[in-house]
Amino acid sequence: MEPIVVNNNFKSEEYFINMGPQHPATHGVLRLLLTIDGEIIKKVEPDLGYIHRSIEKMCERDSYQQIVHLTDRMDYLSSNINNEAVCLAVENALQLEVPERVKVVRTIIGELTRIASHTLWWGVTGMDVGAFTTFFYGFRDREMINDIFEETCGARLTMNYNIPGGLMFDIHPNFVKRTKEFVAHFKTKLPEYDALLTNNVIFQHRTKGVGVLTKEDAISFGASGPVGRASGYSCDVRVHHPYSALDKVKFKEAIRTEGDTFARYKVRIQEMWESLSIIEQLIDNIPEGDHKVATNAVIKLPKGEFYQRVETARGELGVYIISTGTKNAHRVKFRSPGFSNLSLLNHISVGSKIGDLVAIMATLDLVIPDIDR
Amino acid sequence: MAWLNNSILEDMGYFSDIYQGIKSLLTGMSITGKYFLNFRKGSITQQYPENRETLKMFERFRGEVIMPHDENNEHRCTGCQACEIACPNGSIEIIWDRQLDEESGKKKKMIDKHIYHLGMCTMCGLCIEACPTDAIKWGQNFENSVYDRKYLDRVLNKPGSKLMKGVEE
Repeated sequence: MEPIVVNNNFKSEEYFINMGPQHPATHGVLRLLLTIDGEIIKKVEPDLGYIHRSIEKMCERDSYQQIVHLTDRMDYLSSNINNEAVCLAVENALQLEVPERVKVVRTIIGELTRIASHTLWWGVTGMDVGAFTTFFYGFRDREMINDIFEETCGARLTMNYNIPGGLMFDIHPNFVKRTKEFVAHFKTKLPEYDALLTNNVIFQHRTKGVGVLTKEDAISFGASGPVGRASGYSCDVRVHHPYSALDKVKFKEAIRTEGDTFARYKVRIQEMWESLSIIEQLIDNIPEGDHKVATNAVIKLPKGEFYQRVETARGELGVYIISTGTKNAHRVKFRSPGFSNLSLLNHISVGSKIGDLVAIMATLDLVIPDIDR
Repeated sequence: MAWLNNSILEDMGYFSDIYQGIKSLLTGMSITGKYFLNFRKGSITQQYPENRETLKMFERFRGEVIMPHDENNEHRCTGCQACEIACPNGSIEIIWDRQLDEESGKKKKMIDKHIYHLGMCTMCGLCIEACPTDAIKWGQNFENSVYDRKYLDRVLNKPGSKLMKGVEE
């Protein structure tokens, strides 16, 4: 009787699969073309353009006041910081000095926006790796911030509260009280976040050592925000090029050196603590004064090129305006953090599994309208 | 997953790994259990369609653009078209003509129709910011679902309404 010969020389074959554009883990209409061998990822190619609205072209059509509301629709989770970027660029071009009150309020609302964005990110990150509770807990705390925004400016997400020259209207009388309530409330909730997800063994095993990005790669890919800082690259615009009232506050830049998915997670948790500290330093002494300085009804920038960078919840947003002296911009370019952070997805996810890719994408914190514009 | 190749299993003992795992799960479950037992306290869920009578939006809430009229059916819109120019996406359309003003006896620019396309509005608030006479303001109604988009095109000035006295000074 002949022995049965088992042929172990199976040759696996690479194949191609689509992830998205309607996949819940891609957080929007991002299509990833995956080349996989078994479950090991060989190549990730993002396919963009599903939500392209030609915002940069529309900025050439609209006046400078009207540009501001378009930036709400880019990175909608940090809409107020995007508005601030355009307003600062226009104010710098006009050499307009805004009142101290405006600077402080802008900074407070910017940090509140950052916390709102990070709580939502924390919720969906938990959901991506299979913990559904975090989604509700994150949204519960974000709701308080949204209520503050709704009372002060009327909108919850696409705020359009900044205008070139200041704020659209003054803060609501309840703003300070509600913000203090939120800070006190959120300080008791952040340790819960740690107990629920950070210290969870399953979560740590899913994230530690996954998607490692070295500091050199972070710099060469142009990573910014928490993605860059998790790799030890000090890239916080708030520290290096402070704008608004950020030069008056003291805070520590959240930096970790591991560069893996867990480090990116920890950086964002640390950033929420720092944002709380910034709000606490400013909320008690908002200077009195006007909420805006008068500008012409038709704003005409002087001839030239103007650039302004701000730190959104996702990284560095740059606004580049070329003006020829008319009431419309000749060209507006946005350097969006999501686009640069997406470019390194292929680099850090090759060799890992599909489940790891979901965890990596969750901590890159991509907002697709920010990438496509 | 990648953790199998990782050194986590090696540098942590088998039993301490199990202990750590159970401990971290119990820590998380103690928090969710705490909320489960105190579900009435700190619940932020609103029973929306049932609480429509008591639900009050914030005064600055951007629901829709409205034009307030007083009891004499008079509004404050002079037809200067500042809102139409300020609007980034053409949501506001003003049809005006020159009508005879009874007091001065001269022909004056007055609005015929102030048309607001709610379906195109992005709630940016630039029209209300631009209005020199505070003729339009935000309304708090947000229940705007209709069966046809033509119902979203509204004429803001009421029929037969005219300009309030003393606005133009």
